[in-house]
Amino acid sequence: MIALLARDLKLSVRAGGGALIGVLFFMTVVAVIPFGVGPDLNLLSRIGPAILWIGALLASLLGLDRLFQAEREDGSLDLLLMQETPLVLTVFVKCVAHWIATGLPLVIASPLLGLFMNMDEVAIGATALTLLAGTPAITFIGAAGAGIAVALPRGGLLVSILVLPLAIPVLIFGVSAVYAAIEDPAPFLPPFLILIALNLFFAVIGPLAAAAALRLSSD
Amino acid sequence: MSEPSLAIRNFSDLANPTRFLALVAVLWPWLAGLTLCLFAAGLYLSFTTEGDYQQGETVRIMYVHVPAAWLSMMCYTVMALSALGTLVWRHPLADVSAKAAAPIGAGFTFLALVTGSLWGKPMWGTWWVWDARLTSVFVLFLMYLGLIALNRAMDDPARAAKVSAVLILVGFVNIPIIKFSVEWWNTLHQPASVVRMGGPTIDPEFLHPLLIMAVAFTLLFFTLHILAMRNEILRRRIAVLRRHAARAAGRKKGAA
Repeated sequence: MIALLARDLKLSVRAGGGALIGVLFFMTVVAVIPFGVGPDLNLLSRIGPAILWIGALLASLLGLDRLFQAEREDGSLDLLLMQETPLVLTVFVKCVAHWIATGLPLVIASPLLGLFMNMDEVAIGATALTLLAGTPAITFIGAAGAGIAVALPRGGLLVSILVLPLAIPVLIFGVSAVYAAIEDPAPFLPPFLILIALNLFFAVIGPLAAAAALRLSSD
Repeated sequence: MSEPSLAIRNFSDLANPTRFLALVAVLWPWLAGLTLCLFAAGLYLSFTTEGDYQQGETVRIMYVHVPAAWLSMMCYTVMALSALGTLVWRHPLADVSAKAAAPIGAGFTFLALVTGSLWGKPMWGTWWVWDARLTSVFVLFLMYLGLIALNRAMDDPARAAKVSAVLILVGFVNIPIIKFSVEWWNTLHQPASVVRMGGPTIDPEFLHPLLIMAVAFTLLFFTLHILAMRNEILRRRIAVLRRHAARAAGRKKGAA
């Protein structure tokens, strides 16, 4: 399992892996927003956390179709399907590796982009913390979509369409936790704990569904 | 060769599509007739009962909106049961049922959203608010469309059925969220007033047409559903026949 984790990480950071493209996409999306809404710093600092969250959501959806597609193309997916360790565990490890390669850079990049958005320190910290807690959930539930669409020739767009409705709760509680941290009366912990709960919930459902879909769509 | 019996004794006998088609041929005129009668009664009652003292005439929108919303959830439940049937019992008609139900469910969800929005404009003063109930129903609508797209994206019906069954079961998480969204969150949409502990809080004047309309909508769903299943079975048969014909033509050309 650790070997699989290391292998997936190496594959994604070396040439052709495309792990950094997600971060680039994230930065581009966030950089485009001020052109759309105008360079009003007050407005930007108010909607900043929401924009960072939406950007991170879109960026993590972008890379999802590669989760199983490359393995399917070179045939190693069949090896993963045939080995003795439970497939759910394999999928879980692949999700973790995918998150470390694509989700973690987003979390690390978010404070920098928060400065661009004129957010204060508390907001930046809260956004980074909620992204850290929330992006694994998106990866886990996205694995289900990636497993479903793995056999399709152009599954990338379909994965986003299928996964986005399921990822909405993560977005809701992530953003509400950030706003709860900035604005005084609302308590920060309840939405943050719900976010972590969602994370654990999707960590169970996502790999289970992805494993079932992979088994069914292998010929 | 003796003709197989078309009598249906238990549920697994329905696995034979020919038997199912025979049953549908007997059943659907009755279902359709009953649906029409109930709709006539329900619509008559809806338009002759008193208007609400606050909402006035707009209360009649409820007689369409509430049954459509119930049906949108029931249709997804039927699809989830069919998905279980596909994955667990490998019932050959289960995937037909799930595939046929998706567009109908999308239709009912759309109807619920549109009528709710028409009611919301005079009552709440806005077409749309992002409250929990409305948002979760909108997510349901998106999921129906996603499922239809997924089904259309694959050309092999057997594999498409299995894969979309997985997605249907994952998406079933949304149904309890819709049901309890008005209780978990304090939102603009009013809480449940018909099916609740301690009896309905709605006046009988409105309750009777509402219940009749609900039964009529349910029957309409089942009529449409079995007819759509029949069409899907026939469509697959035609596809198989065409494939056979093409193969036979190719063989003849090869022999000549």
